[in-house]
Amino acid sequence: MDALINKRIKQVLKGDQNAYSDVVSHYQQKLYQVCYRMLGNKHESEDIAQEAFVRAYINLHTFDLNRKFSTWLYRIATNLCIDRIRKKKPDYYLDAQVAGTDGLDMYSQISSSDRLPEEEVQRMELQERIQYEISQLPDKYRTVIVLKYIEELPLQEISEILDMPLGTVKTRIHRGREALRKQLGNL
Amino acid sequence: MNACPKQIGEYMHEYLDGDISREHETELKAHLQSCDDCRQHMQELNSTIAFVKSAAVVSVPLDFKQNVMVRLPKGKSGIGVQRWLRRHPIFVAAAMFCILMSASLLTGFNDDKEFSVTKQPNLVVEGQTVIVPAGETVTGDIVVKNGDIVVEGAVDGNITVINGQYMASTANVTGQIDEINQAFEWLWYKIKNGGKEILSFLDKNK
Ligand SMILES: [Zn+2]
Repeated sequence: MDALINKRIKQVLKGDQNAYSDVVSHYQQKLYQVCYRMLGNKHESEDIAQEAFVRAYINLHTFDLNRKFSTWLYRIATNLCIDRIRKKKPDYYLDAQVAGTDGLDMYSQISSSDRLPEEEVQRMELQERIQYEISQLPDKYRTVIVLKYIEELPLQEISEILDMPLGTVKTRIHRGREALRKQLGNL
Repeated sequence: MNACPKQIGEYMHEYLDGDISREHETELKAHLQSCDDCRQHMQELNSTIAFVKSAAVVSVPLDFKQNVMVRLPKGKSGIGVQRWLRRHPIFVAAAMFCILMSASLLTGFNDDKEFSVTKQPNLVVEGQTVIVPAGETVTGDIVVKNGDIVVEGAVDGNITVINGQYMASTANVTGQIDEINQAFEWLWYKIKNGGKEILSFLDKNK
Protein backbone atom coordinates (compact mmCIF):
# COMPACT_ATOMS: atom_id res chain seq x y z
CA MET A 1 0.00 0.00 0.00
CA ASP A 2 2.74 2.42 0.96
CA ALA A 3 4.41 1.76 -2.37
CA LEU A 4 1.24 2.67 -4.23
CA ILE A 5 0.79 5.81 -2.15
CA ASN A 6 4.39 6.84 -2.80
CA LYS A 7 3.83 6.31 -6.50
CA ARG A 8 0.79 8.60 -6.38
CA ILE A 9 2.72 11.20 -4.39
CA LYS A 10 5.43 11.23 -7.02
CA GLN A 11 2.81 11.71 -9.70
CA VAL A 12 1.33 14.63 -7.78
CA LEU A 13 4.78 16.16 -7.40
CA LYS A 14 5.21 15.92 -11.15
CA GLY A 15 2.08 17.98 -11.54
CA ASP A 16 -0.68 15.40 -11.80
CA GLN A 17 -3.20 16.81 -9.38
CA ASN A 18 -5.71 14.02 -10.04
CA ALA A 19 -3.33 11.45 -8.59
CA TYR A 20 -3.98 13.06 -5.23
CA SER A 21 -7.56 11.82 -5.18
CA ASP A 22 -6.30 8.25 -4.57
CA VAL A 23 -4.29 9.54 -1.64
CA VAL A 24 -7.38 11.23 -0.21
CA SER A 25 -9.48 8.10 -0.76
CA HIS A 26 -7.02 5.99 1.11
CA TYR A 27 -6.73 8.13 4.24
CA GLN A 28 -9.96 10.11 4.43
CA GLN A 29 -11.78 7.76 6.79
CA LYS A 30 -8.93 7.64 9.31
CA LEU A 31 -8.28 11.33 9.20
CA TYR A 32 -11.90 12.33 9.49
CA GLN A 33 -12.34 9.96 12.41
CA VAL A 34 -9.44 11.50 14.34
CA CYS A 35 -10.70 15.02 13.73
CA TYR A 36 -14.19 14.02 14.70
CA ARG A 37 -13.10 12.48 17.98
CA MET A 38 -10.87 15.44 18.73
CA LEU A 39 -13.45 18.09 17.94
CA GLY A 40 -16.74 16.31 18.48
CA ASN A 41 -18.42 18.29 15.77
CA LYS A 42 -19.27 16.94 12.37
CA HIS A 43 -19.07 20.16 10.42
CA GLU A 44 -15.86 21.31 12.02
CA SER A 45 -14.15 17.94 11.66
CA GLU A 46 -14.99 17.83 8.00
CA ASP A 47 -13.52 21.27 7.54
CA ILE A 48 -10.35 20.51 9.49
CA ALA A 49 -9.78 17.10 7.90
CA GLN A 50 -10.14 18.66 4.45
CA GLU A 51 -7.80 21.45 5.43
CA ALA A 52 -5.27 18.83 6.53
CA PHE A 53 -5.37 17.22 3.09
CA VAL A 54 -5.01 20.59 1.39
CA ARG A 55 -2.02 21.52 3.54
CA ALA A 56 -0.43 18.15 2.91
CA TYR A 57 -0.86 18.75 -0.82
CA ILE A 58 0.65 22.22 -0.71
CA ASN A 59 3.61 21.03 1.35
CA LEU A 60 4.00 17.68 -0.37
CA HIS A 61 7.49 18.60 -1.56
CA THR A 62 8.63 18.64 2.08
CA PHE A 63 7.41 15.10 2.69
CA ASP A 64 10.19 12.54 3.00
CA LEU A 65 9.19 9.56 0.86
CA ASN A 66 11.15 7.23 3.11
CA ARG A 67 8.73 7.88 5.92
CA LYS A 68 5.15 6.86 6.46
CA PHE A 69 2.71 9.20 4.79
CA SER A 70 -0.03 8.50 7.34
CA THR A 71 2.25 9.65 10.18
CA TRP A 72 2.83 12.93 8.42
CA LEU A 73 -0.84 13.37 7.62
CA TYR A 74 -1.94 12.60 11.19
CA ARG A 75 0.54 15.15 12.38
CA ILE A 76 -0.87 17.90 10.20
CA ALA A 77 -4.41 16.99 11.25
CA THR A 78 -3.77 16.77 14.99
CA ASN A 79 -1.97 20.11 14.94
CA LEU A 80 -4.92 21.70 13.17
CA CYS A 81 -7.34 20.14 15.67
CA ILE A 82 -5.37 21.36 18.66
CA ASP A 83 -5.19 24.86 17.19
CA ARG A 84 -8.92 24.81 16.67
CA ILE A 85 -9.64 23.56 20.20
CA ARG A 86 -7.46 26.27 21.71
CA LYS A 87 -9.07 29.00 19.68
CA LYS A 88 -12.56 27.97 20.64
CA LYS A 89 -14.59 29.54 23.34
CA PRO A 90 -14.66 27.48 26.51
CA ASP A 91 -18.40 27.02 26.40
CA TYR A 92 -20.08 24.09 24.78
CA TYR A 93 -22.78 23.61 22.25
CA LEU A 94 -24.72 20.74 20.85
CA ASP A 95 -24.00 19.89 17.30
CA ALA A 96 -26.53 18.84 14.74
CA GLN A 97 -27.26 15.16 14.57
CA VAL A 98 -24.59 12.94 13.16
CA ALA A 99 -25.45 10.95 10.08
CA GLY A 100 -25.76 7.25 10.76
CA THR A 101 -25.73 7.60 14.52
CA ASP A 102 -29.47 7.93 14.92
CA GLY A 103 -30.41 10.91 17.00
CA LEU A 104 -26.99 11.31 18.51
CA ASP A 105 -26.04 14.73 19.74
CA MET A 106 -22.37 15.45 20.09
CA TYR A 107 -20.83 17.63 22.72
CA SER A 108 -17.98 19.68 21.73
CA GLN A 109 -15.42 21.44 23.85
CA ILE A 110 -16.73 21.35 27.32
CA SER A 111 -13.99 22.12 29.77
CA SER A 112 -13.85 19.84 32.78
CA SER A 113 -15.18 22.54 35.03
CA ASP A 114 -18.38 22.72 32.99
CA ARG A 115 -19.35 19.12 33.40
CA LEU A 116 -23.02 18.58 32.82
CA PRO A 117 -25.24 17.63 35.75
CA GLU A 118 -24.71 13.99 36.62
CA GLU A 119 -28.28 12.89 35.88
CA GLU A 120 -27.97 14.33 32.38
CA VAL A 121 -24.73 12.43 31.81
CA GLN A 122 -26.36 9.23 33.07
CA ARG A 123 -29.19 9.61 30.57
CA MET A 124 -26.82 9.65 27.59
CA GLU A 125 -26.66 6.83 25.11
CA LEU A 126 -23.35 4.97 25.02
CA GLN A 127 -21.97 6.62 21.86
CA GLU A 128 -23.01 10.04 23.02
CA ARG A 129 -21.41 9.41 26.39
CA ILE A 130 -18.12 8.24 24.84
CA GLN A 131 -17.80 11.40 22.80
CA TYR A 132 -18.77 13.51 25.78
CA GLU A 133 -16.13 11.93 28.01
CA ILE A 134 -13.43 12.29 25.36
CA SER A 135 -14.34 15.94 24.94
CA GLN A 136 -13.91 16.43 28.68
CA LEU A 137 -10.25 15.48 28.50
CA PRO A 138 -7.66 18.27 28.31
CA ASP A 139 -6.44 18.42 24.70
CA LYS A 140 -2.99 16.98 25.38
CA TYR A 141 -4.52 13.84 26.87
CA ARG A 142 -7.34 13.74 24.37
CA THR A 143 -4.92 13.56 21.44
CA VAL A 144 -2.98 10.58 22.73
CA ILE A 145 -6.10 8.72 23.89
CA VAL A 146 -7.75 9.17 20.48
CA LEU A 147 -4.64 8.06 18.60
CA LYS A 148 -4.08 5.09 20.90
CA TYR A 149 -7.60 3.78 21.47
CA ILE A 150 -9.66 5.02 18.54
CA GLU A 151 -7.01 4.82 15.82
CA GLU A 152 -5.21 1.99 17.62
CA LEU A 153 -1.78 3.28 16.67
CA PRO A 154 1.43 1.98 18.23
CA LEU A 155 3.02 4.24 20.84
CA GLN A 156 6.10 4.68 18.66
CA GLU A 157 4.01 6.04 15.82
CA ILE A 158 2.11 8.37 18.17
CA SER A 159 5.45 9.70 19.34
CA GLU A 160 6.39 10.42 15.72
CA ILE A 161 3.05 12.01 14.93
CA LEU A 162 3.24 14.33 17.90
CA ASP A 163 7.00 14.82 17.59
CA MET A 164 7.34 13.95 21.24
CA PRO A 165 9.64 11.53 23.08
CA LEU A 166 8.13 8.11 23.66
CA GLY A 167 8.35 8.66 27.41
CA THR A 168 6.20 11.78 27.18
CA VAL A 169 3.61 9.94 25.12
CA LYS A 170 3.45 7.19 27.73
CA THR A 171 3.08 9.66 30.57
CA ARG A 172 0.26 11.40 28.74
CA ILE A 173 -1.50 8.15 28.03
CA HIS A 174 -1.19 7.13 31.68
CA ARG A 175 -2.60 10.44 32.84
CA GLY A 176 -5.27 10.38 30.17
CA ARG A 177 -6.39 6.93 31.29
CA GLU A 178 -6.49 8.06 34.92
CA ALA A 179 -8.39 11.21 34.03
CA LEU A 180 -10.95 9.20 32.08
CA ARG A 181 -11.25 6.69 34.88
CA LYS A 182 -12.05 9.48 37.33
CA GLN A 183 -14.57 11.01 34.94
CA LEU A 184 -16.33 7.70 34.57
CA GLY A 185 -16.44 7.06 38.29
CA ASN A 186 -17.92 3.66 38.88
CA LEU A 187 -19.12 2.90 35.41
CA MET B 1 -4.49 2.38 49.00
CA ASN B 2 -2.10 4.65 50.89
CA ALA B 3 -0.07 1.76 52.19
CA CYS B 4 0.45 0.35 48.71
CA PRO B 5 3.91 0.56 47.13
CA LYS B 6 4.14 3.67 44.94
CA GLN B 7 5.34 1.78 41.89
CA ILE B 8 2.20 -0.36 41.68
CA GLY B 9 0.31 2.42 39.90
CA GLU B 10 3.15 2.72 37.37
CA TYR B 11 3.19 -1.03 36.85
CA MET B 12 -0.51 -0.96 36.06
CA HIS B 13 0.15 1.43 33.20
CA GLU B 14 3.22 -0.47 32.05
CA TYR B 15 1.00 -3.52 31.94
CA LEU B 16 -1.67 -1.67 29.96
CA ASP B 17 0.95 -0.40 27.51
CA GLY B 18 2.11 -3.97 27.04
CA ASP B 19 5.70 -3.22 27.95
CA ILE B 20 5.94 -4.48 31.51
CA SER B 21 8.97 -6.50 32.52
CA ARG B 22 8.57 -9.99 33.92
CA GLU B 23 9.67 -8.85 37.40
CA HIS B 24 7.25 -5.94 37.49
CA GLU B 25 4.44 -8.13 36.28
CA THR B 26 5.05 -10.70 38.99
CA GLU B 27 5.13 -7.97 41.62
CA LEU B 28 1.96 -6.35 40.25
CA LYS B 29 0.03 -9.62 40.14
CA ALA B 30 1.08 -10.54 43.65
CA HIS B 31 -0.05 -7.16 44.91
CA LEU B 32 -3.37 -7.21 43.09
CA GLN B 33 -4.18 -10.56 44.67
CA SER B 34 -3.70 -9.17 48.13
CA CYS B 35 -5.09 -5.63 47.69
CA ASP B 36 -8.75 -4.95 46.96
CA ASP B 37 -8.25 -1.24 46.27
CA CYS B 38 -5.58 -1.79 43.67
CA ARG B 39 -7.54 -4.62 42.13
CA GLN B 40 -10.50 -2.31 41.74
CA HIS B 41 -8.30 0.44 40.34
CA MET B 42 -6.93 -1.94 37.73
CA GLN B 43 -10.47 -3.10 36.96
CA GLU B 44 -11.60 0.49 36.44
CA LEU B 45 -8.71 1.20 34.11
CA ASN B 46 -9.60 -1.85 32.06
CA SER B 47 -13.24 -0.76 31.85
CA THR B 48 -12.18 2.74 30.87
CA ILE B 49 -10.21 1.38 27.95
CA ALA B 50 -13.02 -0.93 26.90
CA PHE B 51 -15.37 2.04 27.09
CA VAL B 52 -13.30 4.25 24.78
CA LYS B 53 -12.64 1.39 22.40
CA SER B 54 -16.36 0.80 21.98
CA ALA B 55 -16.64 4.10 20.12
CA ALA B 56 -18.44 3.49 16.85
CA VAL B 57 -16.76 4.24 13.55
CA VAL B 58 -17.92 7.61 12.30
CA SER B 59 -18.18 7.48 8.53
CA VAL B 60 -16.60 10.15 6.44
CA PRO B 61 -19.14 12.22 4.47
CA LEU B 62 -19.73 10.96 0.94
CA ASP B 63 -18.61 14.12 -0.82
CA PHE B 64 -15.49 14.51 1.32
CA LYS B 65 -12.91 13.63 -1.32
CA GLN B 66 -14.60 15.77 -3.93
CA ASN B 67 -14.55 18.73 -1.56
CA VAL B 68 -10.86 18.24 -0.88
CA MET B 69 -10.09 18.18 -4.60
CA VAL B 70 -12.07 21.39 -5.08
CA ARG B 71 -10.11 23.07 -2.31
CA LEU B 72 -6.69 22.25 -3.79
CA PRO B 73 -4.84 25.22 -5.20
CA LYS B 74 -5.31 25.44 -8.96
CA GLY B 75 -2.65 25.11 -11.62
CA LYS B 76 -1.57 21.87 -13.24
CA SER B 77 1.95 21.71 -11.98
CA GLY B 78 1.72 24.37 -9.35
CA ILE B 79 3.49 22.66 -6.52
CA GLY B 80 6.09 21.01 -8.71
CA VAL B 81 7.17 24.31 -10.13
CA GLN B 82 7.03 26.06 -6.80
CA ARG B 83 9.23 23.42 -5.24
CA TRP B 84 11.68 23.55 -8.07
CA LEU B 85 11.94 27.31 -7.99
CA ARG B 86 12.40 27.41 -4.26
CA ARG B 87 15.17 24.83 -4.41
CA HIS B 88 16.92 26.45 -7.34
CA PRO B 89 16.55 30.20 -6.88
CA ILE B 90 19.06 30.94 -9.62
CA PHE B 91 16.68 29.35 -12.11
CA VAL B 92 13.98 31.79 -11.13
CA ALA B 93 16.04 34.38 -12.93
CA ALA B 94 16.59 32.00 -15.84
CA ALA B 95 12.89 31.26 -16.05
CA MET B 96 12.15 34.95 -15.99
CA PHE B 97 14.70 35.38 -18.73
CA CYS B 98 12.82 32.97 -20.98
CA ILE B 99 9.57 34.74 -20.29
CA LEU B 100 11.13 38.10 -20.98
CA MET B 101 12.81 36.86 -24.15
CA SER B 102 9.43 36.18 -25.63
CA ALA B 103 8.17 39.53 -24.45
CA SER B 104 9.33 42.87 -25.69
CA LEU B 105 12.21 43.38 -23.33
CA LEU B 106 14.89 42.03 -25.61
CA THR B 107 13.69 44.16 -28.46
CA GLY B 108 13.81 46.98 -25.98
CA PHE B 109 17.47 46.25 -25.48
CA ASN B 110 18.30 46.44 -29.16
CA ASP B 111 16.38 49.64 -29.66
CA ASP B 112 17.78 51.24 -26.58
CA LYS B 113 21.08 52.46 -28.00
CA GLU B 114 20.89 55.85 -26.47
CA PHE B 115 23.55 57.00 -24.09
CA SER B 116 22.42 57.71 -20.57
CA VAL B 117 23.93 58.13 -17.15
CA THR B 118 22.64 58.48 -13.64
CA LYS B 119 22.56 62.14 -12.67
CA GLN B 120 25.21 62.91 -10.10
CA PRO B 121 26.36 66.49 -9.37
CA ASN B 122 30.12 66.18 -9.94
CA LEU B 123 30.18 63.92 -13.02
CA VAL B 124 31.71 65.20 -16.25
CA VAL B 125 30.30 63.89 -19.52
CA GLU B 126 32.40 64.06 -22.69
CA GLY B 127 30.60 62.63 -25.68
CA GLN B 128 29.69 59.11 -24.55
CA THR B 129 32.23 58.96 -21.78
CA VAL B 130 31.47 59.72 -18.19
CA ILE B 131 34.32 60.99 -16.07
CA VAL B 132 34.66 61.14 -12.36
CA PRO B 133 37.27 63.90 -12.16
CA ALA B 134 40.37 63.58 -10.01
CA GLY B 135 39.87 64.97 -6.57
CA GLU B 136 36.10 64.60 -6.78
CA THR B 137 34.01 62.08 -4.86
CA VAL B 138 30.68 60.93 -6.20
CA THR B 139 28.33 59.74 -3.53
CA GLY B 140 25.74 57.26 -4.78
CA ASP B 141 25.38 54.63 -7.49
CA ILE B 142 26.21 55.31 -11.13
CA VAL B 143 24.61 53.50 -14.04
CA VAL B 144 26.02 54.22 -17.50
CA LYS B 145 24.17 52.92 -20.56
CA ASN B 146 25.80 52.74 -23.99
CA GLY B 147 28.85 54.62 -22.84
CA ASP B 148 32.09 54.30 -20.88
CA ILE B 149 33.09 55.55 -17.52
CA VAL B 150 36.49 56.74 -16.39
CA VAL B 151 37.08 57.03 -12.71
CA GLU B 152 39.89 59.36 -11.77
CA GLY B 153 38.42 60.48 -8.50
CA ALA B 154 36.45 58.38 -6.06
CA VAL B 155 32.99 56.79 -6.04
CA ASP B 156 31.16 55.97 -2.86
CA GLY B 157 28.67 53.51 -4.36
CA ASN B 158 28.15 50.91 -7.09
CA ILE B 159 29.00 51.36 -10.75
CA THR B 160 27.09 49.57 -13.47
CA VAL B 161 28.12 49.91 -17.09
CA ILE B 162 25.71 48.59 -19.68
CA ASN B 163 27.19 48.24 -23.16
CA GLY B 164 30.30 50.10 -22.28
CA GLN B 165 33.53 49.96 -20.37
CA TYR B 166 34.75 50.81 -16.97
CA MET B 167 38.16 52.39 -16.82
CA ALA B 168 40.16 53.58 -13.87
CA SER B 169 43.74 54.43 -13.19
CA THR B 170 43.55 54.04 -9.49
CA ALA B 171 40.33 52.38 -8.58
CA ASN B 172 38.67 54.09 -5.70
CA VAL B 173 35.18 52.69 -5.69
CA THR B 174 33.56 51.52 -2.48
CA GLY B 175 30.76 49.52 -4.10
CA GLN B 176 30.50 46.86 -6.77
CA ILE B 177 31.50 47.36 -10.39
CA ASP B 178 29.41 45.59 -13.03
CA GLU B 179 30.01 45.66 -16.77
CA ILE B 180 27.10 44.38 -18.75
CA ASN B 181 27.77 44.10 -22.44
CA GLN B 182 25.74 41.23 -23.69
CA ALA B 183 22.02 41.19 -24.22
CA PHE B 184 21.74 38.17 -21.99
CA GLU B 185 23.71 39.77 -19.21
CA TRP B 186 21.73 42.91 -19.50
CA LEU B 187 18.52 41.00 -19.04
CA TRP B 188 20.07 38.95 -16.31
CA TYR B 189 20.91 42.13 -14.49
CA LYS B 190 17.39 43.42 -14.92
CA ILE B 191 15.72 40.27 -13.65
CA LYS B 192 18.05 39.26 -10.85
CA ASN B 193 16.24 41.44 -8.37
CA GLY B 194 12.94 40.52 -9.92
CA GLY B 195 13.78 36.87 -9.24
CA LYS B 196 14.22 37.59 -5.57
CA GLU B 197 10.86 39.28 -5.51
CA ILE B 198 9.24 36.27 -7.14
CA LEU B 199 10.72 33.99 -4.53
CA SER B 200 9.40 36.05 -1.67
CA PHE B 201 6.07 36.19 -3.44
CA LEU B 202 5.98 32.40 -3.63
CA ASP B 203 6.86 32.12 0.01
CA LYS B 204 4.09 34.46 1.01
CA ASN B 205 1.61 32.29 -0.83
CA LYS B 206 2.87 29.08 0.70
ZN1 LIG C 1 -2.78 -1.79 46.71
